[in-house]
Amino acid sequence: MTNVAHDLYAHESDEELPAWSLPADAVDGIRLDLGWPAEVTREWAFGGATGAGVRVCILDSGIEADHPLVGPVQGAFAISVDDAGDAIVSDDDSGDRCGHGTACAGVIRGLAPECELISVRVLGEGYKGSGKVLLAGLRWAIEQGYDVVNMSLSTTKRDFAALLHELADSAYFRRTVLVASAHNMPVESYPWRFSSVISVGSHEEPDPFVYYYNPEPPVEFFARGLEVDVAWLEGSTLRCTGNSFATPHVSGLCALILSKHPRLPPFQLKSVLALTSNNVGPVA
Amino acid sequence: MSDDRFQTAVAAGVLADDELHRSLLASIVETARAIFSAKASSIFLLDEDAEELVFEAVAGEGSDDLVGRRFPADTGIAGWVLATRQPLVLEDVEGDPRFGREAAESTGYVPKGIMAVPLLHEDTALGVLSVLDRPKDTRFTLAEMDLLSRFANQAAIALDLLLRARRARAALDNADEELQRLAQLGRNLDALPSERRGPALRLLAALEEIIRP
Repeated sequence: MTNVAHDLYAHESDEELPAWSLPADAVDGIRLDLGWPAEVTREWAFGGATGAGVRVCILDSGIEADHPLVGPVQGAFAISVDDAGDAIVSDDDSGDRCGHGTACAGVIRGLAPECELISVRVLGEGYKGSGKVLLAGLRWAIEQGYDVVNMSLSTTKRDFAALLHELADSAYFRRTVLVASAHNMPVESYPWRFSSVISVGSHEEPDPFVYYYNPEPPVEFFARGLEVDVAWLEGSTLRCTGNSFATPHVSGLCALILSKHPRLPPFQLKSVLALTSNNVGPVA
Repeated sequence: MSDDRFQTAVAAGVLADDELHRSLLASIVETARAIFSAKASSIFLLDEDAEELVFEAVAGEGSDDLVGRRFPADTGIAGWVLATRQPLVLEDVEGDPRFGREAAESTGYVPKGIMAVPLLHEDTALGVLSVLDRPKDTRFTLAEMDLLSRFANQAAIALDLLLRARRARAALDNADEELQRLAQLGRNLDALPSERRGPALRLLAALEEIIRP
């Protein structure tokens, strides 16, 4: 199998009007020669891939640029909201306010060394309105058409759930894959619970390329999230545990797959992840 | 006087005082500290108006005069956990100069490792539960993370009770004299020993009959 997806989707553009019906003579126009259901292996999915050409957005606390584990950051923006709740986007030269965004960026860089990293900072401009800032940042990231958005965060605000759901669905149809941290607390939080995103929990193994598909959602994948040595502030590293570190592992894998199969839509990307998971396939 | 205000007054009158809620929180952090064999554990409450985190309960190292201390809600590990609703475990934060400085400034105790979980009640984040410096020689497991999350749930409920009580008391403090007297009546009645409670209730029933509209 080759990069069929790239060729098939290349002719489409976001400006085209949606088709609400399918005339009989239009069937040939949407024929997809995907080659599935041939076996989907890791070699096919991301063998030799580097993440090149894939734009990964880190929606977090910022990124410390030129950290040895992160390298160059191709863009850094800070989001705030005005009194009307409208987003204000500005260039961000303040690096990382916490260390967490840098940690996520380092994990992704480690897996997909040639991907582009873009920081969209939604944390650290005052606590009030942080939910609105998160929503505004996500909306802006989707409008930019980033291929992958890493969201190692969630909100519990029910007021935001419907809006987040709409944003997640719109990302799904625009081929922006949202990779979101699940959490194990007995409270509803979003957006990881939505089926249009890829949700991630942690497993206990030390291999960054070990990942599991969970046949009992809502958490759909488990990736490395225990005692991960991650990039932290001022060039340092820190050993960290949490689903927020498992999430960038899956974001990195998505970047690899998309660099080999550009414009693969999120549902197929999710299928490729599932089919190449360590627990899927005949027992050896 | 509206029914609402009357109910609030009586309820506030018989609510447990701040000290009792604080002792519940203190017992939660003490148990968390013991279960994880940690050096310290603490609960921060979010003061939304001030955008600050306030130490509400502390067990172990540095616990002497921390309760009541504040720091900005959008900074540090606790701030990140609060904003993102995600639990976090960091080891050797000593290597993080920014964290060390903040922690030292606000607590006088610089931990090496920190486990922090958001305290979530319904759709609000009320604060953060932290466990500092679990033993280095044992490997951390995801089961511990689950355990910590369960504790956080308990702490969130306790914190919610504390906040409700404070709100009710604040409402009462601003109430007129009539309402405050009713609250005092409820409080006194609640505190009566059982042998005096019976006669007091009978007197109240008689009063109710006299003033019935």
